[in-house]
Amino acid sequence: MTDEHSLYGPLEDPAADAGHQEHPPRVGFFTDTSVCIGCKACEVACKEWNDVPEDGLDLLGMSFDNTGMLGASSWRHVAFIEQERPLGRQDPGLSDLPTGPSAAEHTAEVVADGLRDAPRGGGELGTEPVDLGFPSFELPGAGTGSETRTDFRWLMSSDVCKHCTHAGCLDVCPTGALFRTEFGTVVVQPDICNGCGYCVSGCPYGVIDRRPDDGRAWKCTLCHDRLRGGLEPACAKACPTDSIQFGPLDELRERADRRLEQLHEAGVGEARLYGRDPEDGVGGDGAFFLLLDEPEVYGLPPDPVVPTRDLPSMWKHAAVAASALLAATAAVFIREGRR
Amino acid sequence: MTDDEPLREPRSDAGAADLHAPTFGAGRDRHDDQGVVADSEFRSYYGRPVLKPPVWEWKVPAYLFTGGVSAGAALLSAGADLTGRPALCRAGRLGGFGALLASSYLLIADLGRPERFHHMLRVAKPSSPMSVGTWILVAYGPGSGLAAMTELLPGSLRAMLPGRLPARVGRLAGLSSAAVAPALASYTAVLLSQTAVPAWHEARRELPFLFTGSAAASGAGLGMLLAPVHEAGPARRLAALGAGAELVAARLIERRPALETTAYTRGRAHRLRRASEYLTLAGALAAATVARRSRPAAAAAGLALLAGSALQRFGTFDAGVASTKDPAYVVVPQRARLNARDGQHRHGDQAE
Repeated sequence: MTDEHSLYGPLEDPAADAGHQEHPPRVGFFTDTSVCIGCKACEVACKEWNDVPEDGLDLLGMSFDNTGMLGASSWRHVAFIEQERPLGRQDPGLSDLPTGPSAAEHTAEVVADGLRDAPRGGGELGTEPVDLGFPSFELPGAGTGSETRTDFRWLMSSDVCKHCTHAGCLDVCPTGALFRTEFGTVVVQPDICNGCGYCVSGCPYGVIDRRPDDGRAWKCTLCHDRLRGGLEPACAKACPTDSIQFGPLDELRERADRRLEQLHEAGVGEARLYGRDPEDGVGGDGAFFLLLDEPEVYGLPPDPVVPTRDLPSMWKHAAVAASALLAATAAVFIREGRR
Repeated sequence: MTDDEPLREPRSDAGAADLHAPTFGAGRDRHDDQGVVADSEFRSYYGRPVLKPPVWEWKVPAYLFTGGVSAGAALLSAGADLTGRPALCRAGRLGGFGALLASSYLLIADLGRPERFHHMLRVAKPSSPMSVGTWILVAYGPGSGLAAMTELLPGSLRAMLPGRLPARVGRLAGLSSAAVAPALASYTAVLLSQTAVPAWHEARRELPFLFTGSAAASGAGLGMLLAPVHEAGPARRLAALGAGAELVAARLIERRPALETTAYTRGRAHRLRRASEYLTLAGALAAATVARRSRPAAAAAGLALLAGSALQRFGTFDAGVASTKDPAYVVVPQRARLNARDGQHRHGDQAE
């Protein structure tokens, strides 16, 4: 505890706060989803470099997304969202044709129904296979008529561990397996982790998970080994459109601000930055995003807060309750004889 | 076909009158796991959860219960020891230590890598309630074990030791564990609250009182079950006090005006907690009345309190798990918070 904002609030240098004396600048990702083409090269590069095992070869019915969610065996996840509205001032030229996508809303509802019945409600996505009933003979939602087919846009976004300034997973880890690296990132040490599972519930983004056959928690390391060797992370290296940009966080934030301005000028008013603000509930993300819709549409929490924010207050409540228990026990023995 | 069994055959919706016919969990008649908020009232990614549900299974709520029983029993036995109630003291020490052994088993067995449980001991980390809890158990365990050992000392061995040594060692050991017991009973509330699990985090103010109340009620219930009626007076009073705290705290959680805590009043969590309330209330009433005269009634009341406490822990646990599986518990409150904060929230990109 070297800073008044060690648990919550803006924190200039998380690596120094964690005890790194001399260290390289904090690095991270800026994922500009406006140029993502959904190629999933990031997912593949991550799996290849980090030797991440298979997470289930199933069709999920979520557009082109068959990963579903970040998890123990999916450290990058490309989300695909089909929406019935144009992107910026673009004209896909489909508005008068009975073509377009299979009705987007129906697709989402069919999948949502299937997820509700999955054992962990879909939380196993990205970690183990989930069978939602696909493939079927029909595309999900294809049973509705062509009149529901409309003009549309396709949102794609490569999600990743946020490497929070105040990381819920790191705060609750009881073994020290999770640690803050010299680069300001958050990494699990597989030789220490004993699979207690606390980090899984500590993460406000639902990123980290336990691998069922292995028993340990896994997540993105921001390619800690590559960083130490002076290389950029595998996903950023593989990204063909520079949707995933890697670099010192200060620089990325500047770049993101410029890009946002540019998009707003170009008429994409819905563009917004997510996780960039050091004043937010997790002190800002090490990996932040430029989104074209509200975060929840991409499966991201709109206003995440690190649970540790309330730690002092929770211990105070516990102390009062503990004192009350002690007092009550003393009282029941002292009151002897009055009844 | 059961709920858990995924449908493997390829299916076709082509001729279906209703696309949302319950194709997946065919045959379900319960509606517990329907969303807490209609899907159309908030936006999500294919209705997928935002959070990962806890990977903990039944062993964790079972641990919450046994840890509470052990703490309550340790406090009770220390008081009984100091006020000359040997049978109540013996019941508390043996029962408390037995519950502690069960706790340790449950905690270790729930790990993904049980053989690495000792990695918990390589750090002491104030920001992690589980680390704090580990050290609380380390401080609590030896006293509880030693006190139980002095109760189990065979007569032949006892004769070889200087007269009052076992009793003195037992008292010191029992007092040392009783000193740590309130921490053991309450830290588990922080353990659950310091998570992103909406139902647990939102109940963070009430959970410590729910859990210490539950610990007192169950520890005292154990005393009523195992000790003769004439010695169990303090156990009956502690049971009534603990049950009262548990019932009030449980109701306060439900009354919190937040979407997150509606997870406590829905589905399996709701049924478990209602059953817990009935059992706890019945146990407390019996403790204040018939349990003073009849040993069988006292034993029944003790069992009811133990069962009530256990169901309360399982219900609380279940509510948390349910609140992670439905994205509404995450998205709706956070969206409301954001909108309230930015006043005129930008709606330039309306969905319609």
